[in-house]
Amino acid sequence: MTHLFDIFVRSIFIENMIFAYFLGMCSYLAVSKTVKTSVGLGIAVTFVLLITVPVNWLLENYILKPGALVWLGSNMADIDLSYLSFIMFIAVIAAIVQLVEMVVEKFSPALYNALGIFLPLIAVNCAILGASLFMQERDYHSIGEATVFAIGSGIGWFLAIASLAAIREKITYSNIPAPLRGLGITFILTGLMAIAFMSFMGIKI
Amino acid sequence: MKEPLFSPKNLKLLTGPLNLNNPITVQVLGICSALAVTVQLKPAIVMALSVTVVTGFSNLIISLMRNTIPPRIRIIVQLVVIAALVIIVDQVLKAFVYDVSKKLSVFVGLIITNCIVMGRLEAFAMAEKPWRSFLDGIGNGAGYGLILITVGFFRELLGSGKLFGMQVVPQFLYEIGYKDNGLMILPPMALITIGIIIWIQRSVNRELIDKS
Repeated sequence: MTHLFDIFVRSIFIENMIFAYFLGMCSYLAVSKTVKTSVGLGIAVTFVLLITVPVNWLLENYILKPGALVWLGSNMADIDLSYLSFIMFIAVIAAIVQLVEMVVEKFSPALYNALGIFLPLIAVNCAILGASLFMQERDYHSIGEATVFAIGSGIGWFLAIASLAAIREKITYSNIPAPLRGLGITFILTGLMAIAFMSFMGIKI
Repeated sequence: MKEPLFSPKNLKLLTGPLNLNNPITVQVLGICSALAVTVQLKPAIVMALSVTVVTGFSNLIISLMRNTIPPRIRIIVQLVVIAALVIIVDQVLKAFVYDVSKKLSVFVGLIITNCIVMGRLEAFAMAEKPWRSFLDGIGNGAGYGLILITVGFFRELLGSGKLFGMQVVPQFLYEIGYKDNGLMILPPMALITIGIIIWIQRSVNRELIDKS
Protein backbone atom coordinates (compact mmCIF):
# COMPACT_ATOMS: atom_id res chain seq x y z
CA MET A 1 0.00 0.00 0.00
CA THR A 2 2.75 2.46 0.93
CA HIS A 3 4.38 1.48 -2.34
CA LEU A 4 1.33 2.63 -4.32
CA PHE A 5 1.14 5.80 -2.25
CA ASP A 6 4.81 6.40 -3.02
CA ILE A 7 4.16 6.15 -6.77
CA PHE A 8 1.17 8.46 -6.40
CA VAL A 9 2.96 11.26 -4.54
CA ARG A 10 6.06 10.84 -6.66
CA SER A 11 4.16 11.27 -9.92
CA ILE A 12 2.30 14.37 -8.68
CA PHE A 13 5.11 16.32 -7.09
CA ILE A 14 8.56 14.91 -7.68
CA GLU A 15 8.28 13.56 -11.20
CA ASN A 16 5.72 16.10 -12.29
CA MET A 17 4.94 15.74 -16.00
CA ILE A 18 5.41 19.44 -16.68
CA PHE A 19 8.10 20.57 -14.30
CA ALA A 20 10.40 17.57 -14.47
CA TYR A 21 9.80 16.22 -17.97
CA PHE A 22 8.13 19.08 -19.88
CA LEU A 23 5.46 16.83 -21.31
CA GLY A 24 2.36 18.41 -22.79
CA MET A 25 4.03 21.80 -22.92
CA CYS A 26 2.39 22.87 -26.18
CA SER A 27 -1.15 22.81 -24.90
CA TYR A 28 0.13 23.87 -21.48
CA LEU A 29 1.39 27.14 -22.93
CA ALA A 30 -1.41 27.64 -25.44
CA VAL A 31 -4.45 26.95 -23.26
CA SER A 32 -3.34 28.47 -19.96
CA LYS A 33 -4.68 31.97 -20.59
CA THR A 34 -7.72 31.63 -18.31
CA VAL A 35 -8.31 29.45 -15.28
CA LYS A 36 -11.64 28.12 -16.51
CA THR A 37 -10.42 26.58 -19.76
CA SER A 38 -7.26 25.26 -18.20
CA VAL A 39 -9.26 23.45 -15.51
CA GLY A 40 -11.31 21.88 -18.32
CA LEU A 41 -8.20 20.73 -20.13
CA GLY A 42 -6.63 19.47 -16.90
CA ILE A 43 -9.64 17.31 -16.14
CA ALA A 44 -9.73 15.97 -19.69
CA VAL A 45 -6.04 15.03 -19.57
CA THR A 46 -6.40 13.25 -16.22
CA PHE A 47 -9.43 11.38 -17.52
CA VAL A 48 -7.75 10.20 -20.71
CA LEU A 49 -4.54 9.23 -18.86
CA LEU A 50 -6.59 7.18 -16.42
CA ILE A 51 -7.96 5.09 -19.29
CA THR A 52 -5.04 4.90 -21.73
CA VAL A 53 -2.20 3.99 -19.37
CA PRO A 54 -3.84 0.81 -17.95
CA VAL A 55 -4.95 -0.25 -21.45
CA ASN A 56 -1.44 0.24 -22.77
CA TRP A 57 -0.09 -1.63 -19.75
CA LEU A 58 -2.20 -4.64 -20.71
CA LEU A 59 -1.04 -4.31 -24.30
CA GLU A 60 2.60 -4.08 -23.24
CA ASN A 61 2.47 -7.04 -20.88
CA TYR A 62 0.31 -9.42 -22.88
CA ILE A 63 1.35 -8.64 -26.45
CA LEU A 64 4.40 -6.46 -26.96
CA LYS A 65 7.02 -7.36 -24.36
CA PRO A 66 9.60 -10.04 -25.19
CA GLY A 67 7.96 -13.27 -24.11
CA ALA A 68 4.59 -11.65 -23.46
CA LEU A 69 2.83 -13.87 -25.97
CA VAL A 70 3.53 -16.95 -23.87
CA TRP A 71 -0.18 -17.25 -23.06
CA LEU A 72 -0.75 -18.25 -26.69
CA GLY A 73 1.46 -21.31 -26.32
CA SER A 74 5.03 -21.99 -25.33
CA ASN A 75 6.37 -21.74 -28.89
CA MET A 76 5.45 -18.05 -28.90
CA ALA A 77 7.67 -17.32 -25.89
CA ASP A 78 10.61 -15.82 -27.75
CA ILE A 79 8.69 -13.40 -29.95
CA ASP A 80 9.61 -9.77 -29.31
CA LEU A 81 7.19 -7.21 -30.68
CA SER A 82 8.47 -4.27 -28.65
CA TYR A 83 9.50 -2.33 -31.77
CA LEU A 84 5.78 -1.99 -32.50
CA SER A 85 5.07 -0.22 -29.24
CA PHE A 86 5.07 3.38 -30.56
CA ILE A 87 2.54 2.69 -33.27
CA MET A 88 0.37 0.52 -31.00
CA PHE A 89 0.36 3.06 -28.17
CA ILE A 90 -0.52 5.98 -30.39
CA ALA A 91 -3.24 3.98 -32.14
CA VAL A 92 -4.73 3.02 -28.77
CA ILE A 93 -4.59 6.62 -27.61
CA ALA A 94 -6.19 8.00 -30.76
CA ALA A 95 -8.90 5.36 -30.66
CA ILE A 96 -9.63 5.84 -26.97
CA VAL A 97 -9.78 9.61 -27.28
CA GLN A 98 -12.31 9.19 -30.08
CA LEU A 99 -14.26 6.68 -28.02
CA VAL A 100 -14.22 8.80 -24.89
CA GLU A 101 -15.45 11.71 -26.93
CA MET A 102 -18.42 9.75 -28.25
CA VAL A 103 -19.29 8.23 -24.86
CA VAL A 104 -19.09 11.58 -23.09
CA GLU A 105 -21.19 13.21 -25.78
CA LYS A 106 -23.87 10.55 -25.41
CA PHE A 107 -24.09 10.25 -21.65
CA SER A 108 -23.04 13.61 -20.34
CA PRO A 109 -23.67 16.47 -22.75
CA ALA A 110 -22.82 18.95 -19.98
CA LEU A 111 -19.33 17.51 -19.52
CA TYR A 112 -18.98 17.28 -23.30
CA ASN A 113 -19.71 20.96 -23.67
CA ALA A 114 -17.24 21.77 -20.92
CA LEU A 115 -14.43 19.64 -22.39
CA GLY A 116 -15.53 20.36 -25.95
CA ILE A 117 -12.61 21.14 -28.19
CA PHE A 118 -10.02 19.82 -25.73
CA LEU A 119 -10.76 16.15 -26.24
CA PRO A 120 -9.49 15.84 -29.82
CA LEU A 121 -6.45 17.96 -28.93
CA ILE A 122 -5.49 15.46 -26.29
CA ALA A 123 -4.70 12.71 -28.82
CA VAL A 124 -1.54 14.60 -29.71
CA ASN A 125 -0.71 15.81 -26.21
CA CYS A 126 2.73 14.46 -25.41
CA ALA A 127 1.80 13.94 -21.76
CA ILE A 128 -0.52 11.10 -22.75
CA LEU A 129 1.93 9.21 -24.96
CA GLY A 130 4.73 10.14 -22.55
CA ALA A 131 2.95 8.51 -19.62
CA SER A 132 2.55 5.29 -21.60
CA LEU A 133 6.21 5.32 -22.61
CA PHE A 134 7.33 5.98 -19.03
CA MET A 135 5.08 3.14 -17.92
CA GLN A 136 6.93 0.91 -20.39
CA GLU A 137 10.37 2.17 -19.43
CA ARG A 138 9.88 1.91 -15.68
CA ASP A 139 8.40 -1.55 -15.95
CA TYR A 140 5.52 -1.27 -13.47
CA HIS A 141 4.73 -4.70 -12.11
CA SER A 142 0.96 -4.57 -11.82
CA ILE A 143 -1.92 -2.81 -13.46
CA GLY A 144 -2.62 -1.18 -10.08
CA GLU A 145 0.75 0.55 -10.12
CA ALA A 146 0.20 1.71 -13.69
CA THR A 147 -3.24 3.11 -12.83
CA VAL A 148 -1.99 4.95 -9.75
CA PHE A 149 0.87 6.37 -11.80
CA ALA A 150 -1.65 7.55 -14.44
CA ILE A 151 -3.88 9.30 -11.89
CA GLY A 152 -0.91 10.90 -10.20
CA SER A 153 0.53 12.23 -13.44
CA GLY A 154 -2.86 13.57 -14.45
CA ILE A 155 -3.33 15.39 -11.16
CA GLY A 156 0.19 16.77 -11.38
CA TRP A 157 -0.48 18.10 -14.85
CA PHE A 158 -3.81 19.55 -13.71
CA LEU A 159 -2.16 21.35 -10.77
CA ALA A 160 0.54 22.76 -13.01
CA ILE A 161 -1.77 24.18 -15.67
CA ALA A 162 -4.33 25.54 -13.20
CA SER A 163 -1.68 27.38 -11.19
CA LEU A 164 0.02 28.78 -14.29
CA ALA A 165 -3.32 30.06 -15.58
CA ALA A 166 -4.00 31.74 -12.25
CA ILE A 167 -0.63 33.49 -12.37
CA ARG A 168 -1.13 34.55 -15.98
CA GLU A 169 -4.50 36.07 -15.13
CA LYS A 170 -2.79 38.12 -12.44
CA ILE A 171 0.12 39.33 -14.54
CA THR A 172 -2.05 40.78 -17.31
CA TYR A 173 -1.91 43.99 -15.28
CA SER A 174 1.84 43.96 -14.76
CA ASN A 175 4.28 46.15 -16.60
CA ILE A 176 6.46 43.63 -18.42
CA PRO A 177 9.18 44.69 -20.91
CA ALA A 178 7.52 44.59 -24.33
CA PRO A 179 9.70 41.92 -25.98
CA LEU A 180 9.11 39.62 -23.03
CA ARG A 181 5.32 39.90 -23.09
CA GLY A 182 3.26 36.82 -23.82
CA LEU A 183 5.38 33.79 -24.54
CA GLY A 184 8.67 34.94 -23.02
CA ILE A 185 7.38 35.72 -19.58
CA THR A 186 5.31 32.52 -19.58
CA PHE A 187 8.46 30.48 -20.10
CA ILE A 188 10.25 32.26 -17.30
CA LEU A 189 7.24 31.87 -15.00
CA THR A 190 7.12 28.16 -15.71
CA GLY A 191 10.83 27.96 -14.97
CA LEU A 192 10.35 29.67 -11.62
CA MET A 193 7.44 27.38 -10.79
CA ALA A 194 9.62 24.40 -11.69
CA ILE A 195 12.30 25.65 -9.29
CA ALA A 196 9.65 25.79 -6.58
CA PHE A 197 8.58 22.25 -7.39
CA MET A 198 12.19 21.12 -7.12
CA SER A 199 11.94 21.54 -3.37
CA PHE A 200 10.02 18.26 -3.38
CA MET A 201 13.04 16.45 -4.79
CA GLY A 202 14.60 13.81 -2.64
CA ILE A 203 11.51 13.21 -0.54
CA LYS A 204 11.17 9.54 0.25
CA ILE A 205 8.09 7.83 1.58
CA MET B 1 6.41 27.26 -66.49
CA LYS B 2 8.63 25.14 -64.36
CA GLU B 3 10.04 26.74 -61.28
CA PRO B 4 13.72 26.13 -60.45
CA LEU B 5 14.16 23.85 -57.43
CA PHE B 6 15.80 26.50 -55.30
CA SER B 7 13.92 29.62 -56.41
CA PRO B 8 13.93 32.52 -53.93
CA LYS B 9 10.38 31.61 -52.87
CA ASN B 10 11.43 28.08 -52.08
CA LEU B 11 14.56 29.17 -50.27
CA LYS B 12 12.40 31.31 -48.06
CA LEU B 13 10.68 28.14 -46.87
CA LEU B 14 14.05 26.94 -45.63
CA THR B 15 15.28 30.12 -43.99
CA GLY B 16 12.02 31.54 -42.61
CA PRO B 17 11.74 29.04 -39.76
CA LEU B 18 15.29 29.80 -38.63
CA ASN B 19 14.30 33.21 -37.35
CA LEU B 20 11.07 35.07 -38.05
CA ASN B 21 8.91 31.99 -38.22
CA ASN B 22 10.78 29.82 -35.75
CA PRO B 23 8.70 26.83 -34.67
CA ILE B 24 9.69 27.08 -31.01
CA THR B 25 9.95 30.77 -30.23
CA VAL B 26 7.27 32.09 -32.61
CA GLN B 27 4.86 29.31 -33.52
CA VAL B 28 5.10 27.71 -30.03
CA LEU B 29 5.29 24.17 -31.38
CA GLY B 30 7.31 21.25 -30.13
CA ILE B 31 8.39 22.68 -26.83
CA CYS B 32 8.29 19.47 -24.82
CA SER B 33 11.28 17.73 -26.27
CA ALA B 34 13.14 20.99 -26.85
CA LEU B 35 13.53 21.37 -23.13
CA ALA B 36 14.19 17.87 -21.99
CA VAL B 37 17.05 16.82 -24.25
CA THR B 38 19.21 19.92 -23.97
CA VAL B 39 21.33 19.14 -20.90
CA GLN B 40 24.22 18.27 -23.20
CA LEU B 41 25.08 19.24 -26.72
CA LYS B 42 25.39 15.78 -28.23
CA PRO B 43 21.87 14.49 -27.49
CA ALA B 44 20.53 17.89 -28.57
CA ILE B 45 22.17 17.56 -31.98
CA VAL B 46 21.02 13.98 -32.44
CA MET B 47 17.48 14.99 -31.49
CA ALA B 48 17.58 17.96 -33.87
CA LEU B 49 18.66 15.70 -36.74
CA SER B 50 16.01 13.10 -35.93
CA VAL B 51 13.24 15.69 -35.84
CA THR B 52 14.45 17.26 -39.11
CA VAL B 53 14.38 13.89 -40.83
CA VAL B 54 10.90 13.12 -39.53
CA THR B 55 9.40 16.53 -40.37
CA GLY B 56 10.97 16.54 -43.83
CA PHE B 57 9.88 13.09 -44.86
CA SER B 58 6.46 13.11 -43.22
CA ASN B 59 5.72 16.40 -44.98
CA LEU B 60 6.86 14.85 -48.26
CA ILE B 61 4.82 11.66 -47.84
CA ILE B 62 1.64 13.38 -46.67
CA SER B 63 1.95 15.92 -49.44
CA LEU B 64 2.20 13.14 -52.02
CA MET B 65 -0.94 11.55 -50.58
CA ARG B 66 -2.82 14.76 -49.84
CA ASN B 67 -5.40 14.35 -52.57
CA THR B 68 -6.31 10.79 -51.65
CA ILE B 69 -6.64 11.14 -47.87
CA PRO B 70 -10.28 11.48 -46.81
CA PRO B 71 -10.39 14.58 -44.58
CA ARG B 72 -12.29 12.84 -41.78
CA ILE B 73 -9.58 10.32 -41.03
CA ARG B 74 -6.59 12.48 -41.88
CA ILE B 75 -5.32 12.68 -38.31
CA ILE B 76 -4.97 8.94 -37.99
CA VAL B 77 -3.32 8.68 -41.42
CA GLN B 78 -0.85 11.37 -40.40
CA LEU B 79 -0.16 9.63 -37.10
CA VAL B 80 0.55 6.33 -38.84
CA VAL B 81 2.98 7.96 -41.27
CA ILE B 82 4.75 9.81 -38.47
CA ALA B 83 4.87 6.77 -36.20
CA ALA B 84 6.37 4.64 -38.98
CA LEU B 85 9.09 7.24 -39.62
CA VAL B 86 9.82 7.57 -35.91
CA ILE B 87 10.18 3.81 -35.55
CA ILE B 88 12.77 3.85 -38.36
CA VAL B 89 14.66 6.72 -36.70
CA ASP B 90 14.52 4.97 -33.33
CA GLN B 91 15.87 1.70 -34.74
CA VAL B 92 18.68 3.55 -36.56
CA LEU B 93 19.64 5.44 -33.38
CA LYS B 94 19.63 2.23 -31.36
CA ALA B 95 21.86 0.58 -33.92
CA PHE B 96 24.45 3.33 -34.39
CA VAL B 97 24.48 5.62 -31.35
CA TYR B 98 23.17 3.41 -28.58
CA ASP B 99 24.38 5.56 -25.67
CA VAL B 100 22.69 8.70 -27.02
CA SER B 101 19.54 6.73 -27.73
CA LYS B 102 19.49 5.62 -24.07
CA LYS B 103 19.91 9.22 -22.95
CA LEU B 104 17.05 10.43 -25.13
CA SER B 105 14.90 7.62 -23.66
CA VAL B 106 11.22 8.29 -24.27
CA PHE B 107 11.79 11.50 -26.17
CA VAL B 108 12.50 9.74 -29.45
CA GLY B 109 9.08 8.13 -29.21
CA LEU B 110 7.62 11.48 -28.33
CA ILE B 111 8.59 12.90 -31.74
CA ILE B 112 5.31 11.25 -32.79
CA THR B 113 3.33 13.72 -30.73
CA ASN B 114 5.76 16.56 -31.33
CA CYS B 115 3.45 19.34 -32.37
CA ILE B 116 5.91 20.62 -34.99
CA VAL B 117 5.41 17.52 -37.09
CA MET B 118 1.61 17.51 -36.82
CA GLY B 119 1.41 21.27 -37.05
CA ARG B 120 3.38 21.48 -40.29
CA LEU B 121 1.43 18.60 -41.80
CA GLU B 122 -1.87 20.30 -41.06
CA ALA B 123 -0.76 23.81 -41.91
CA PHE B 124 1.43 23.15 -44.92
CA ALA B 125 1.73 19.66 -46.37
CA MET B 126 -2.03 19.12 -46.73
CA ALA B 127 -2.22 22.01 -49.18
CA GLU B 128 1.15 22.26 -50.94
CA LYS B 129 3.22 20.44 -53.53
CA PRO B 130 5.67 17.71 -52.39
CA TRP B 131 8.95 19.54 -53.03
CA ARG B 132 7.81 22.70 -51.26
CA SER B 133 6.45 20.65 -48.37
CA PHE B 134 9.73 18.80 -48.07
CA LEU B 135 11.65 22.09 -47.90
CA ASP B 136 9.20 23.44 -45.34
CA GLY B 137 9.67 20.31 -43.23
CA ILE B 138 13.46 20.53 -43.38
CA GLY B 139 13.35 24.26 -42.64
CA ASN B 140 11.17 23.82 -39.59
CA GLY B 141 13.28 20.92 -38.38
CA ALA B 142 16.34 23.12 -38.73
CA GLY B 143 14.69 26.02 -36.92
CA TYR B 144 13.83 23.67 -34.09
CA GLY B 145 17.37 22.29 -34.14
CA LEU B 146 18.87 25.77 -33.99
CA ILE B 147 17.10 26.56 -30.71
CA LEU B 148 17.86 23.11 -29.34
CA ILE B 149 21.57 23.44 -30.09
CA THR B 150 21.76 26.98 -28.68
CA VAL B 151 20.11 25.89 -25.44
CA GLY B 152 22.22 22.75 -25.29
CA PHE B 153 25.40 24.78 -25.83
CA PHE B 154 24.74 27.18 -22.96
CA ARG B 155 23.47 24.52 -20.58
CA GLU B 156 26.44 22.23 -21.08
CA LEU B 157 28.98 25.06 -21.06
CA LEU B 158 27.68 26.81 -17.97
CA GLY B 159 26.38 23.70 -16.22
CA SER B 160 29.34 21.38 -16.46
CA GLY B 161 32.06 23.41 -18.18
CA LYS B 162 32.18 21.01 -21.10
CA LEU B 163 31.22 20.81 -24.75
CA PHE B 164 30.51 17.42 -26.35
CA GLY B 165 31.73 15.92 -23.07
CA MET B 166 35.16 17.58 -23.35
CA GLN B 167 36.42 20.05 -20.80
CA VAL B 168 36.53 23.57 -22.25
CA VAL B 169 36.60 25.75 -19.16
CA PRO B 170 40.33 25.81 -18.33
CA GLN B 171 41.57 24.40 -15.04
CA PHE B 172 43.12 27.65 -13.77
CA LEU B 173 39.69 29.29 -13.71
CA TYR B 174 38.54 26.64 -11.25
CA GLU B 175 41.66 27.22 -9.22
CA ILE B 176 40.92 30.91 -8.84
CA GLY B 177 37.41 30.10 -7.65
CA TYR B 178 35.17 29.68 -10.73
CA LYS B 179 32.39 27.15 -10.15
CA ASP B 180 30.07 25.36 -12.58
CA ASN B 181 26.49 26.46 -12.16
CA GLY B 182 24.76 23.23 -11.16
CA LEU B 183 21.35 24.81 -11.62
CA MET B 184 21.87 24.90 -15.39
CA ILE B 185 21.70 21.12 -15.55
CA LEU B 186 18.32 21.00 -13.84
CA PRO B 187 15.08 21.21 -15.86
CA PRO B 188 13.90 24.72 -14.82
CA MET B 189 16.87 26.46 -16.41
CA ALA B 190 15.93 25.12 -19.84
CA LEU B 191 12.68 27.05 -19.58
CA ILE B 192 14.39 30.20 -18.43
CA THR B 193 17.05 29.91 -21.16
CA ILE B 194 14.35 29.69 -23.83
CA GLY B 195 12.54 32.60 -22.19
CA ILE B 196 15.70 34.68 -22.53
CA ILE B 197 16.22 33.58 -26.14
CA ILE B 198 12.68 34.76 -26.92
CA TRP B 199 13.40 38.04 -25.16
CA ILE B 200 16.54 38.64 -27.23
CA GLN B 201 14.91 37.56 -30.48
CA ARG B 202 11.95 39.88 -29.97
CA SER B 203 14.13 42.80 -28.96
CA VAL B 204 15.95 42.43 -32.28
CA ASN B 205 12.83 41.77 -34.38
CA ARG B 206 10.35 44.22 -32.93
CA GLU B 207 7.53 43.06 -35.22
CA LEU B 208 7.29 39.82 -33.25
CA ILE B 209 6.26 41.58 -30.04
CA ASP B 210 2.84 40.65 -28.66
CA LYS B 211 0.33 43.39 -29.36
CA SER B 212 -1.98 42.67 -26.44
